[in-house]
Amino acid sequence: MNFEFSEEQNLLREQARGFLADNCSMKVVRQALESDSPFDADLWRKVAEMGWTATVIPEEFDGLGLSYLELSVIADELGRAVAPLPFSSSVYLATEALLAYGSPEQKQNLLPRLASGEIIGTFAMAEVKGEGAINTTGTDKISGTKLAVPDADIANICVVVVKSDQGDGASLCLVDLDQAEVSKEVVYTLDPSRSHANLTFNSASAELLGKEGEGNAAVENLFNRAAVLFAWEQTGGADTALEMAKEYALGRYAFGRPIASYQAIKHKLAHMYVNNTLARSNCYYGAWALNTNAPELPLAAATARVSAIQAYYYAGKENIQTHGGMGFTWEFDCQFMYRRSQLLAATLGGEAKWQEKLVTALETQAAA
Amino acid sequence: MDFSDSAEEAKFRAEAAEWLQANAPTDDEIKGLDEMAQAKLWQKRKVDAGWACIRWPKEYGGRGATAIEQVILNDEQSKVKSPSTQFFSIGQGMAAPTLMTWATEEQKRRYLPKLASGEEIWCQLFSEPAGGSDLAALRTRAVKDGDDWVINGQKIWTSGAHYSDWGILVVRTDPDVPKHQGLTYFFVNMHSPGVEIKPIKQLSSASNFNEVYFTDVRIPDEQRLGAVGQGWQVALTTLMNERASIGGTRSAGQAQSLLKLAATLEIDGEPASKNKAVRSRVADWYAKEAGLRFTGYRSMTAMSRGEVPGPENSIGKLVAAPMAQDLASFALELQAQAGVIYTPLDESFDNMFQHNYMNIPGGRIAGGTDEIMANIIAERVLGLPQEPRVDKGIPFSDVPTSGGKS
Repeated sequence: MNFEFSEEQNLLREQARGFLADNCSMKVVRQALESDSPFDADLWRKVAEMGWTATVIPEEFDGLGLSYLELSVIADELGRAVAPLPFSSSVYLATEALLAYGSPEQKQNLLPRLASGEIIGTFAMAEVKGEGAINTTGTDKISGTKLAVPDADIANICVVVVKSDQGDGASLCLVDLDQAEVSKEVVYTLDPSRSHANLTFNSASAELLGKEGEGNAAVENLFNRAAVLFAWEQTGGADTALEMAKEYALGRYAFGRPIASYQAIKHKLAHMYVNNTLARSNCYYGAWALNTNAPELPLAAATARVSAIQAYYYAGKENIQTHGGMGFTWEFDCQFMYRRSQLLAATLGGEAKWQEKLVTALETQAAA
Repeated sequence: MDFSDSAEEAKFRAEAAEWLQANAPTDDEIKGLDEMAQAKLWQKRKVDAGWACIRWPKEYGGRGATAIEQVILNDEQSKVKSPSTQFFSIGQGMAAPTLMTWATEEQKRRYLPKLASGEEIWCQLFSEPAGGSDLAALRTRAVKDGDDWVINGQKIWTSGAHYSDWGILVVRTDPDVPKHQGLTYFFVNMHSPGVEIKPIKQLSSASNFNEVYFTDVRIPDEQRLGAVGQGWQVALTTLMNERASIGGTRSAGQAQSLLKLAATLEIDGEPASKNKAVRSRVADWYAKEAGLRFTGYRSMTAMSRGEVPGPENSIGKLVAAPMAQDLASFALELQAQAGVIYTPLDESFDNMFQHNYMNIPGGRIAGGTDEIMANIIAERVLGLPQEPRVDKGIPFSDVPTSGGKS
């Protein structure tokens, strides 16, 4: 039994945590939230220099050729720092889509630039509130509008889900966002430390990514993979919320003693700890399944995702509650985790969707 | 990160599996024996061959095995059909570690081997009507008389008192000092004159616990563990092991059992397993169970590396017990009218959720209530301060109680 990260991976964690403490404090998150600039470009450059964007990209495409366990460690730490970076869009979605479905030319052309952080990628699917019909059409010229695409105003390329009259009814397209036929309308969101934009394609140049009519299967696969990494970010963020609540409760006095000595507060924090621990342990299993391409991945991903969504939501809201009125102010940092938990839950689809996927995976496993 | 055994672990697993399969009592061997006789036969055979209490030192009946080897043995044991040895679990899980830490060498050699072999059974005499979560508020008195102590009072919630030979016992030897300082720890022969045992009928109709009354029971001073007044410290050794042994083993696979049950039932003309509300609950409970299982794997990894498992282990009971209760309640409601049919003492699958529903209220209380477990996590894991205590620093005899002063 070895259900733990290796010494090298733990060293990477220490290094990442130290780097983020120096370069991505809560002050940096606040700057991203309060400023007009859509993200912290300077931090992005530094993160790319550390090689994080290149983690799982093979060496032949100028990547580091490391495993998903290393990427899990980085995701955990970025989540913990509530980093204002397009990392999940570019690395867990766009890069993964290229790795899984890119042609040799597409890989050769884009992966080295994604690895170096020179370009940012993202992923666009939703067109309506909730899950609804995809009406964006075309393969080499696409037209349609995508709603609130994460990091779309700063991204250079986008993997776009388009409608197909073949196969499973959808295809993936690769679109260069730096063209006149793509218009970006920045939207203000729940978490402005991660910018979003509506994307409208007016017969924009595009190319197929993977096979036509296999888009829905590809989305399923990509979302299962991304769900594990999102879950790590969520769990990392939930731990920060717990830590913040704990520090405040220890220092805040009411009725002559620290509020951390009241069972109402202690039990709240104990439950945060329990949720976070369960989510983290499920993330371990997800990381193992992702890294080994195990047939259990759909179940492992959904399990990690469901518990991480719940843990981050609970920790985010109860951290504010523990802070009392101050937690509700702009001045305090509690809002960062409250915002981010909702953002990460929404991207990839929320709790209900992943609960359903979990049970479907259980049934599939029982039938096998 | 992988789930396979190391080479040594694999070798140990193979050995354990081979021995267990070859030596588990056959149906013929246990024919006509009651549960206790079956348990004793199996336990003795295991200990003689070095396959019981394996973590104990050899001279006390064990084989000095590692924690991970214990986990592997448990795993293999669960795959082999054999008599239950649960009668010995309190003695081996709680009394033994306490003896190991606090008894004299001579006592260890006298008591531990018989505890290991199942020849002598031990129970735990801690809780009292006035001392549950606040265990140190216990009031059973011990008064020194020559070389003996004379015990008077009452214990409660004692599992297996009626078949036990020995009991570990915490009593008050000095009521005029603050409560934790006036306690002393003994072990007592359960066959002593003046020990009276009355079973407690639970709301589930079963009787797993007893009240134990002490009337002028004499205990020789050499059966004291730790110094006079040091009983609380000794009791903590026992309690840490209790929580570890009661921990997160409950309810594994319950979410899948619920899904299986739901597939056989209907809601609005559809299988209940296709109902979205049902699926949502199954998903949540499965995620919790999986989280506990993988938390256990992380602990096992720590053990396999020779480390002491971290405090994350302490969440098991706090998560598993309330969850199993909610799940059982939900499963009964799914059965609609049939969900009320209950046969006490029947533990078959058809009665499983009823059985759980009626028994889990005890599980949420025994060995530390949900609330105490949450306090333990808050204080020992997160480092939060204790609630101020109004009984701190004052003599126990001055502490207010439900019935006035102590």
